[in-house]
Amino acid sequence: MKAEYNHLQAAHCENGVTTSLLQHYGVHQMTEPLAFGIGSGLFFIYIPFMNLNDGPAISFRTMPGLIFKRTCKSLAIPIHREKFISRLKAKQALDIRLDAGHPAACQVGVFYLPYFPKEYRFHFNAHNLIVVGKEGDNYIISDPIMETVTTMTSYELERVRFARGPLAPRGQLYYPKAPREVTLEQMKQAIITGIKRNVRHMLYVPGNIAGIKGIRYTAKKIKKWRDSLGVEKSRSYLAQLVRMQEEIGTGGGGFRFIYAAFLQQAHSYFPVDALMDISKQFTKAGDMWRNAAVQASGIYKGRLTAQQDYDVMGDQLMEIAALEKEAFRYLGDIVKKLH
Amino acid sequence: MKKEDIPQDPGALQKFTREVSYAVDENGNYITALSAGWEVKTNALDVAWSDIERKVHSAREKVLRHEASPVLYYMELKLMNVQVLADYTGFWKWQIKRHFKPRVFEKLSPKKLQRYASVFDITVDELKNGNWNESGV
Repeated sequence: MKAEYNHLQAAHCENGVTTSLLQHYGVHQMTEPLAFGIGSGLFFIYIPFMNLNDGPAISFRTMPGLIFKRTCKSLAIPIHREKFISRLKAKQALDIRLDAGHPAACQVGVFYLPYFPKEYRFHFNAHNLIVVGKEGDNYIISDPIMETVTTMTSYELERVRFARGPLAPRGQLYYPKAPREVTLEQMKQAIITGIKRNVRHMLYVPGNIAGIKGIRYTAKKIKKWRDSLGVEKSRSYLAQLVRMQEEIGTGGGGFRFIYAAFLQQAHSYFPVDALMDISKQFTKAGDMWRNAAVQASGIYKGRLTAQQDYDVMGDQLMEIAALEKEAFRYLGDIVKKLH
Repeated sequence: MKKEDIPQDPGALQKFTREVSYAVDENGNYITALSAGWEVKTNALDVAWSDIERKVHSAREKVLRHEASPVLYYMELKLMNVQVLADYTGFWKWQIKRHFKPRVFEKLSPKKLQRYASVFDITVDELKNGNWNESGV
């Protein structure tokens, strides 16, 4: 069973899956930046009491699964999401769907993902891909981070769908229930909702580990790492921070560039010049994140070793926090006037 | 980031895909273009791998000195931690920690050894007398 499907390569897997599935289901206006912005994807959090691969638990984006959920909800598109205990039932549910000529998205772990190079295979379980068809024992896979369509055998697919560990996918399958036409008015409303929610998440989440406050918190932590963790461990921590920020999927600059692109696209729905100005601020924030990554790489490559080098990086993050705070405040003011 | 600044540094990605990057063109409009990789993050990935190699090496040393069982070595080799291994094998975390002890490991039933072996993608024989004394990773 081979369905007609347009493979779409995207920067981030969940954005890609959302955009690609929605386009397939009749929402032709959808783009990766719009999906990201409507789903309020931009975020920052440093969870201090949690370790990820022996490094700090830092994320530049919202929780896995939320971008798809929010974007579909904002556009009034009903979705189906199902987890499985039985591997057999998980396979049957997917096969039934494919036999009917419909694609379905799966959450998978990347450790056993056969087409990934070994260097990228960690026990990370929140990768997303679309299964678009089946030929014999081979499933045809549209993975948004790949340039072209790939395949997996039923054994390989089962293995990644039932990866274990944190965020275990448990065979998770999801898709929009039916094709929908989305009106201009709906798109505009969804953009407004997405921006408002993102402003709220970056500026007003209580506590000091999330949003802008989280960036400042991280900045202060980095300055202390050299003393509290020692040089060796600080290197690993900084490397992990950079991987979260720049690794496949972020579009660069910890998703800030995608968000800037979103604001430019929002401008075509709301011709307000301020959106273009704020977009530029996020481009600048992304550039600053990348500069901070260059500074960090100096440290983890062992070229920079002094406390002063950590202070420089901490200060860079403080500047980023100030800039993003200003940008989100401005955005919060502007969004009230959009209609 | 400007379009012409999109990095094209060769790295691990090269073998399987190029990634989408967002950047602005000469008129300040966002476009997407493919990037082959960026040295800064290739280095970050290298740091992560050298950490793993160090842990695998130290686990192997422990096994050779009879301070730990091969379970520890294979867990590190497969990039797992006790939690992930517990999720895959169905053992409790405290059981796995016990199984790290050579004396406990030697008395494990064939059934339990098989559970570890299948998760590690090896045979029971390899688990017991495996190649953990040769170069790993």
